[in-house]
Amino acid sequence: MRRSLKFGAVLGATLLLAAGAARAEEVRIGIYSEPSAMDPHYHNLGPNNSFSSNIYDALIIQDENQNLKPGLAMSWEPVSDLVWEFKLRQGVKFHDGSDFNADDVIFTAERAPNVPNSPSSFGTYLKGKTFSKVDDLTIHVTTERPYPLVPVDLSTVSIVSSDIGMDVKTAEFNSGPAMVGTGPYKFVEWLPSDRIVLEKNENYWGERAAFDKVIMKPIKSNPTRVAALLSGDVDMIDNVPTADIETLKTKDGVTLASGISNRVIYLHMDRFRDNSPFITGTDGKNPLKDLRVRQAISMAINRDAIVSRVMEGVAIPAGQLLPPGFFGTSKNLKPQAYNPKRAKELLAEAGYPNGFGMTIHGPNDRYINDAKIAQAIGQMLTRIGIKTQIETMPKSVYFRSASRGGPNGEPKYSFILVGWGSGTGEASSPLKSLVHTHDKSQGFGASNRGRYSNPKTDKLIEDALATVDDTKRAALLAEATEIAINDLAIIPLHYQVNTWATTKGLKYLPRTDERTSLRSLKKQ
Amino acid sequence: MWSYLLRRLVQAALVVAVMAAIVFFGVNVIGNPVDILINPEFDQEEMARAIKALGLDKPLHEQFFYFVKNALQGDLGISFVFGEPALKLIVQRMPATLELAFASLFLSIVLGVPLGMYAGLKPDSKFSKTMMAGSILGFSLPTFWVGIMMIMLFAVMLGWLPATGRGETTDLFGVQVSFLTWDGLTHLAMPAVNLALTNISLVMRLARAGCKEAALQDYVKFARAKGMSEQRIVLKHILKNIMIPVVTVLGLEFGSLIAFSVVTETVFSWPGMGKLIIESIQVLDRPIIVAYLMMTVLMFVTINLLVDLTYSLLDPRVRLGGAGK
Repeated sequence: MRRSLKFGAVLGATLLLAAGAARAEEVRIGIYSEPSAMDPHYHNLGPNNSFSSNIYDALIIQDENQNLKPGLAMSWEPVSDLVWEFKLRQGVKFHDGSDFNADDVIFTAERAPNVPNSPSSFGTYLKGKTFSKVDDLTIHVTTERPYPLVPVDLSTVSIVSSDIGMDVKTAEFNSGPAMVGTGPYKFVEWLPSDRIVLEKNENYWGERAAFDKVIMKPIKSNPTRVAALLSGDVDMIDNVPTADIETLKTKDGVTLASGISNRVIYLHMDRFRDNSPFITGTDGKNPLKDLRVRQAISMAINRDAIVSRVMEGVAIPAGQLLPPGFFGTSKNLKPQAYNPKRAKELLAEAGYPNGFGMTIHGPNDRYINDAKIAQAIGQMLTRIGIKTQIETMPKSVYFRSASRGGPNGEPKYSFILVGWGSGTGEASSPLKSLVHTHDKSQGFGASNRGRYSNPKTDKLIEDALATVDDTKRAALLAEATEIAINDLAIIPLHYQVNTWATTKGLKYLPRTDERTSLRSLKKQ
Repeated sequence: MWSYLLRRLVQAALVVAVMAAIVFFGVNVIGNPVDILINPEFDQEEMARAIKALGLDKPLHEQFFYFVKNALQGDLGISFVFGEPALKLIVQRMPATLELAFASLFLSIVLGVPLGMYAGLKPDSKFSKTMMAGSILGFSLPTFWVGIMMIMLFAVMLGWLPATGRGETTDLFGVQVSFLTWDGLTHLAMPAVNLALTNISLVMRLARAGCKEAALQDYVKFARAKGMSEQRIVLKHILKNIMIPVVTVLGLEFGSLIAFSVVTETVFSWPGMGKLIIESIQVLDRPIIVAYLMMTVLMFVTINLLVDLTYSLLDPRVRLGGAGK
């Protein structure tokens, strides 16, 4: 085995030298998820957004820690309660040579929310905002109410050239002609399921692209993706499975990069029904409505054990909705310590000395090791007397049931394992969607599957969303988080850590938004 | 003969129609694709907009009515995930799957038949016994596992073959094929063997059984008595007679090679239809699921028809269109 390995290495090296001399700096990347389309406005979801960040710029760019950096806008500030002014960058050219100016931004704002057949559009980030051109390099964004998140929202929208016209179809992006951006890489071709080919944009206004040519290969199967890295088929992979991290650490030439993400894995509890469908042995009462029971549950969970055993060390115990350091987090919240003795006492105090029966529901193919986490929690709760059954299912079935599967379109389950990634990189995202009272007309509590409702937190969240001053807003969000966590609106478990692996003298700067972006891939 | 063909075609159309209806309604029972496709950070208004954009707000029978209406004009719907016509997406990936399936078929015949015949003619040799034991492993071991083991051995440890994907393609009559380049062949090797393994084993055992039986027949003894060379006996008489069961099995298996190359395509990241269908099922992309299954049914029916016709050619005793088959 050794000899043939060496022979293979020598053969491989010779071939590489022969090939490498002619081809300059070509990099191959194995990615877990393929974007569903090349059109940057078609589908607002992780893989598509990761990809479009290579070809396009937004007005504001999120760096590896989701801090806002100038993109196609040099500076931005609120000039009045309802108006934000953006000064655009001069001298930027699109990939086809045309100039970038305010018209392109106006066009983008009009086109992005109106892409036909879009399964998840950018409308949410652009609604309620009116864009107007002041001059070729200045834009005003007017909102209906004071809204502090205008820059964050705009950091998600790729700016396209107005030359493509409003009638452009998604198919024209997929085949190439409409793929004109200002980003560090140019689009060459897309063979669906096979590869995406990009090449360097020599005229990029910002940090020059590190590679002349990039080939992205979608490889969904975990072992295959790792094998592709080890065999040299690709030079970088994302979504390294936790089970393979230890093996990869021992391989020469493989560099691992781990970074905490903005995704918290948590438990959501039924707070709006008395006779909860998946709780038994309580004579029709809902124990989850009692703070002491919720505290008991949170204390019964050994977060450190889950992190070290189930997640194989690749996670960080969570005490709130976002990791410390993110905007709007509280400095006073720590992960709940493991205390099963006190948990049993609390249960008895609440009137359940013999516990009760409960079913946890969760997905089995959405988050890292989700089914295993659910099983671990089931074991831990059973130990303090809550006889827990576990039911996991594919995400295609799970999310609909969890959100609307009940008899009247309300959430179906009593106790669920679920995750939340804050794309905006700050605390208003989880507070607004998970903690605020469910209010369809205002768009609040869209993922509040426990239907938690607390007027105090509601007011703080609404105030924060109308406070443009950063310091004041951060304080409001932190306060809302503290109230919500102390009341155990949700039980946070851990923050996900994502791992990327590189070879061949490359390194990847881990991103908290979990994206695989060529902007974060550098030479060592 | 023509009435027979016509009857078969009508049956085919009926099966396709029933399949489409079953799948269409069946997929809806599982869940709503919007829950998976929509960015979870979005609010209810966005969800309502997405549901409307995908046409999922109309009552189910109305959706089905529109589907049938469009299908009769050749439009099988627009994919929820990709935003392009479902049929176009499937056809785009068809050459890759067909290439893999034909390569596997080729291997099955070229490896399975000679090996099986050898084992049938010399059943007591050590080689034959090893081959037969190997064939049991061949159709028992799960394709998924064998594929990953092959990748580990040939790509990671030995570095002889690439681990994933399809190689360089060249144009052949307007279709992109990869077996004409060396790079393409190295990429095709492992997936083709992986997919063919079950079939090679089956064909080997069939060929062996058929050979053993044919070798005892009177016409073979007579040919030997006449003084025919052993080679000519084997190649002319025995081979033709064992081809009937082989053709039948291969015909049936070929349909499933194409339709369910899912596992091999997923393991090797081969950009074919199988990978598309499994991912579409996971996100409930109904137009693609329906279009794909309709095409699969059509393919199965066509292949069965071709097998029956070939059967009648190979065996002059068989008459088509008789009472039952």
